Amino acid sequence: MTAESIETRADNTLLRDNAEVAEALGRNYAAGFVTEIESESLPPGLDEGIIRQLSAIKREPEWMTQWRLAAFRHWQTMPTPDWAKLKIDPIDYQAISYYSAPKAGPKSLDEVDPALLETYEKLGVPLHERAALAGVAVDAVFDSVSVGTTFRKKLAEAGVIFCSMSEAIREHPALVQKYLGSVVPQGDNYFAALNSAVFSDGSFVFVPEGVRCPMELSTYFRINAQNTGQFERTLIVCEDRAQVSYLEGCTAPRRDENQLHAAVVELVALEGADIKYSTVQNWYPGDENGVGGIYNFVTKRGDCRGADSKISWTQVETGSAVTWKYPSVVLRGDRSVGEFYSVALTHHFQQADTGTKMIHIGRDTKSKIVSKGISAGRSSNSYRGLVKVEKGAERARNYTQCDSLLIGKKCGAHTFPYMEVKNPTAIVEHEATTSKISDDQLFYCRSRGIGEEDAVSMIVDGFCKQVFRELPMEFAVEAKKLLEVSLEGAVG
Amino acid sequence: MLKIENLHARVEGKDILKGLSLEVKPGEVHAIMGPNGAGKSTLGNVLSGREGYEVTEGSVLFEGRNLLELAPEERAAAGVFLAFQYPVEIPGVNNTYFLRAAYNAQRKARGEGELDSMQFLKLVREKLKIMQLSPDLLNRAVNEGFSGGEKKRNEIFQMALLEPKLAILDETDSGLDIDALKQVAEGVNALRSPERSFIVVTHYQRLLDYIVPDHVHVLAGGRIVESGDRSLALKLEEHGYAWVAEHGEPAGASA
Repeated sequence: MTAESIETRADNTLLRDNAEVAEALGRNYAAGFVTEIESESLPPGLDEGIIRQLSAIKREPEWMTQWRLAAFRHWQTMPTPDWAKLKIDPIDYQAISYYSAPKAGPKSLDEVDPALLETYEKLGVPLHERAALAGVAVDAVFDSVSVGTTFRKKLAEAGVIFCSMSEAIREHPALVQKYLGSVVPQGDNYFAALNSAVFSDGSFVFVPEGVRCPMELSTYFRINAQNTGQFERTLIVCEDRAQVSYLEGCTAPRRDENQLHAAVVELVALEGADIKYSTVQNWYPGDENGVGGIYNFVTKRGDCRGADSKISWTQVETGSAVTWKYPSVVLRGDRSVGEFYSVALTHHFQQADTGTKMIHIGRDTKSKIVSKGISAGRSSNSYRGLVKVEKGAERARNYTQCDSLLIGKKCGAHTFPYMEVKNPTAIVEHEATTSKISDDQLFYCRSRGIGEEDAVSMIVDGFCKQVFRELPMEFAVEAKKLLEVSLEGAVG
Repeated sequence: MLKIENLHARVEGKDILKGLSLEVKPGEVHAIMGPNGAGKSTLGNVLSGREGYEVTEGSVLFEGRNLLELAPEERAAAGVFLAFQYPVEIPGVNNTYFLRAAYNAQRKARGEGELDSMQFLKLVREKLKIMQLSPDLLNRAVNEGFSGGEKKRNEIFQMALLEPKLAILDETDSGLDIDALKQVAEGVNALRSPERSFIVVTHYQRLLDYIVPDHVHVLAGGRIVESGDRSLALKLEEHGYAWVAEHGEPAGASA
């Protein structure tokens, strides 16, 4: 294995602290409010009893309880990973509550607590079907449970199953048993093992053979309760020649202590299937002094199990105090295609160690990686990516492009590309650039009448263009706005 | 319109302009010539408000306002335009989008209504004719992958669109072949009007064959050492800047 580290520090003088900037920063996490709602929680702590209790609350079958316990036993034997370029205070897993749900869980959308509906309204995700974004079905996960899934009837007519994971375990046990853990096994890594033991909800999508999902699917994750971890589990299965585009969004209130989010996402694409998975991650990033914020440890992996299948990850990561996330694709089927498009923005004291893994197993498999890292303030932003070509992967191709943009002089950008190539016919390309928003670019914009903050967002937006193009239209607009807000006060 | 008095400016601790005075009236075209290092580009940068250019003495009034107090974007909105010697590339930012952002930012600053994309496109089409610019350039990223000539023509195109009151052309002729030079000059001439003034900064006389100035000034050692009409430019070409150094020094000293 070869590892190469390219470390860069900005040395220009763009960052000028002033009071106005500090004021602007107070405004810039709009999703930081708390919803006053009665909730039911398990007491903090983690042992087999808690896991049995959790499984019982969710009325799970015995096989599921056993599956969780096996994961928990394995987790206890594992050391905390420390290989990422992240500084993290030790996490006290006994101080976290592993289940929190609004009291009186809803049975249908009409029965959802008005306070909850209002919460999602405020976040710009209306759950009333009439008011909802045309053509997008939403599953909303609040703390540990799903509070409602829209457009179910319309989807059912097409044969698509879109529901919460808890429901899937009860209603579609055969499908869940067949695919759950088949991409990310219980013992895959420390955080995946923890998730397997305690995951509370998430979304389940099943698109049967030959069906193109008639609308975009999305899940909106919200952490509300204090001292609660969120452990969601998402599973998407596309049978032969099926197709789906799925988007997830995430926010959390502003709190002074760090909160843990450890999710697992598994994608299965059978022959000729096409899965597009987009993420706009805006968990609370902590304040300008690095206090609070979400610890975001996520395992996302797609399996191109059938020939000619395709899995594409697009992510816009602007939130979380710490992000540890490597959406990957296992290119098992011949001629399968894996893609990873990423924008990761860090500001203040945020830390991100993110990237992807592309594992080429089948012949004529192709992967493409486009990573754009933007660092501002005193943040640290690392790209870590593995391209692995197995022996049988004849004529595998990979193209990787990693660009870093630095704003200010106290941030850092790092690139850690790993390549393992065991087939001589493979072609693996890697390009990396690091640039700063130059004084020349800023002055050019300003001399044409464009103010400094607008000029910065324009330049950053241009830098991210390649990735934004991959997002569904409405979300591209949202992502662009999110970057603008997240960068407020980065230059001033 | 523009009144510069006894302007002193320094860059990185080095004095570049040392008592420059110049008055430009509406509709006039002033050419500023001079040897390398005389402070020609510094003048344009000081007038448009680039950071790192420190004014230590003197004043600049633009339509009666103290220009030096304004931020670069405020100067642009007030009607000052700098055509860059080296136009800057902004990857991923669409040229038309950039132009509209600039156009609307200026309108907004002046309390005028903004144009939507359809209205703006119409305006762009009209202005395109003036510059004979390929429409293809409008759909590319700002200056990215443009040839030297395309970059300069794009500057003049921006000027045509933004309709400034005072345009400063910083060595717009540098790096252009004769055909491109003519095209750029035609674009500039099309924009000449009794209300619009130009400061044309150049090293060579040949640009002035196409953009005929009302006044020619020779800048040397951070001051204007000689002023005259068009014939001064021809004299310079004949004798070179060495002649100014000998001949011009007393004039500058007494200014």
